[in-house]
Amino acid sequence: MKLSLGPIQYYWPRNDVLAFYEAVAQSPVDIVYLGEAVCSRRHEVRLSDWLDIAAVLREAGKEVVLSTQVLIESGADVTVLHKICANGTYLVEANDMGAVHCLEDKVPFVAGPHLNIYNLPTLQWMAALGLHRWVMPLEMGRDDLALLLAGCPAGLQTEVFAYGRMPLAFSARCFTARHCNLPKDDCQFKCIEHPDGLMMRTRENEEFLVLNGIQTQSARVHNLLPELAAMRDMGVAVARISPQSEHTVRIIELFQDVIQGRTAAAIANAELPGLMPEKPCNGYWYGKPGLELVTQTERISA
Amino acid sequence: MNSVNDSTLQKLAGTPVAAPMELVCPAGSLPALKAAVDNGADCVYLGFRDATNARNFAGLNFDEAAIEVGIRYAHDRHRKVFVALNTYPQAAKADLWQRAVDRAAHSGVDAVILADPGMMAYAARHQPQLRLHLSVQGSATNYEALDFYYQHFGIARAVLPRVLSLTQVAQVIDKTPVEIEVFGFGSLCVMVEGRCALSSYATGEAPNTNGVCSPPKAVRWVETPQGRESRLNGVLIDRYAPGENAGYPTLCKGRFDVGDEKNYYAIEEPTSLNTLSLLPDLMKIGVRAIKIEGRQRSPAYVAQVTKVWRAAIDSCRDNPAHYNAKPTWFSDLDKVAEGQQHTLGAYHRPWK
Repeated sequence: MKLSLGPIQYYWPRNDVLAFYEAVAQSPVDIVYLGEAVCSRRHEVRLSDWLDIAAVLREAGKEVVLSTQVLIESGADVTVLHKICANGTYLVEANDMGAVHCLEDKVPFVAGPHLNIYNLPTLQWMAALGLHRWVMPLEMGRDDLALLLAGCPAGLQTEVFAYGRMPLAFSARCFTARHCNLPKDDCQFKCIEHPDGLMMRTRENEEFLVLNGIQTQSARVHNLLPELAAMRDMGVAVARISPQSEHTVRIIELFQDVIQGRTAAAIANAELPGLMPEKPCNGYWYGKPGLELVTQTERISA
Repeated sequence: MNSVNDSTLQKLAGTPVAAPMELVCPAGSLPALKAAVDNGADCVYLGFRDATNARNFAGLNFDEAAIEVGIRYAHDRHRKVFVALNTYPQAAKADLWQRAVDRAAHSGVDAVILADPGMMAYAARHQPQLRLHLSVQGSATNYEALDFYYQHFGIARAVLPRVLSLTQVAQVIDKTPVEIEVFGFGSLCVMVEGRCALSSYATGEAPNTNGVCSPPKAVRWVETPQGRESRLNGVLIDRYAPGENAGYPTLCKGRFDVGDEKNYYAIEEPTSLNTLSLLPDLMKIGVRAIKIEGRQRSPAYVAQVTKVWRAAIDSCRDNPAHYNAKPTWFSDLDKVAEGQQHTLGAYHRPWK
């Protein structure tokens, strides 16, 4: 099983992004997804910069994939989409059916986690378009995944979002700008002040969701590190880590150590809470509400 | 591969764009369907009584007998019936959704509204005469995505997610042969439809997977010294002061704290979309149909909303240059609107 790093969901200053990927190049991650997947207004790193970063990562031995934007609204968004799909060098993660349309029958591609592949007929139909790898929807549990893996076409890789705050929803509205009483068109790029998003709490001070521009994330950190062995046994090819502003490289090391059998999952997992911006959760994997945490003891007794 | 031939495409592409704008109204029950037809709906959309549609609530929707009566009632009056099968088939029971396509085809409906590519492939192969509409749950917001579904399945129409501005809707219409249907009125989904898992994060059930959002079975009302609380699977969604109107705890329409700003609608207010004032523009740019939200609402709601929108569309069609949305239309609609207030939503840029 391989380890991937998903696209940065947040808006970080350019130098922070460059430093982040310098460290990633030296880390034991196998696959790196690059690009602005959330908001077209973000401009600290442009497509030409992403391609420069891609070249460095490829030189360091990483498989590089360019991710497309999840919500494509304007003509300009479509133009960027065309450029990414026609890059000619790197695999592309399609995060919208428009992206799939630009890639199908031309080059192999990755179906991102927002394409809603929930069942075997859809997976098999999509596979025939030239799918190289597909990412399971966040909401899907292990039981449904097992059914899809049982009928998954030979050679098609399956990837699971295994660590990070989950990108749960996308909107035309920018909630960060709304919080600052700014119109989206004049948002003053406030996202850059929140490298791990903006916490939204309930009125009894429970961390519930994270506002990240037009995206809404889970406050809790989805963590499937204890499931890596089970995932590999099921036939999952890639486990994905989603970047956070701190400790990402250490999290990559812990996951890779467990995958390689160098560290016991329980020991690695004991270190993770100290590296998380918020409490862990894993409910989706067990067919429960996503914010719930099924503990080791419950797993064994289940 | 995976594509249909040109003659099928032409057959499925349906009526020319110049056809009059259709009013598409919701029906969660036979009385609601009759209310829609009697008050001037051109088309009524409904769902089966199971997880195959995105308003899967107890006591709602149609069994075989009701569908048969409903279709006859509508067809006798030269109106159309669409069946929404617009959730994503779940892995363990994908055949339930495929059977629903067959049931819809055999019942004689005028179109099915689908979101899942596997379902569309099934329908195109097994029920090639069946007209396909792409559901809003398919999240198609750009012409490349629409072209994808058109090329492969010959979709005749697509319902656009409630995220595009008026200019963006016009740009999409310019570049696609697919008829475009947009939401005109009803509860406002602030997230891109088909790309929101907030409800399953809190409750385990969501639109894509179960056809519900913030499901009633997860709702709990609690009286406390601080006021009445609404909770969703234990998560506090809102708390109401004495005398304050309490709304249904849809997850994204509660009051929360962000930073120093306390107790505000961080995502969206409880409000309805109402595009009455945009009707001449929507007609001019070639929107083929206006969709009214609300299969979970009463026959009285359907009657009221259908009546106002019928009058508005007729008035606009007859004299677009002098169209004026009447104040009584707004007040009649606000009476039945969520939160008793309305917005232009994403059609109007400042909303974003």
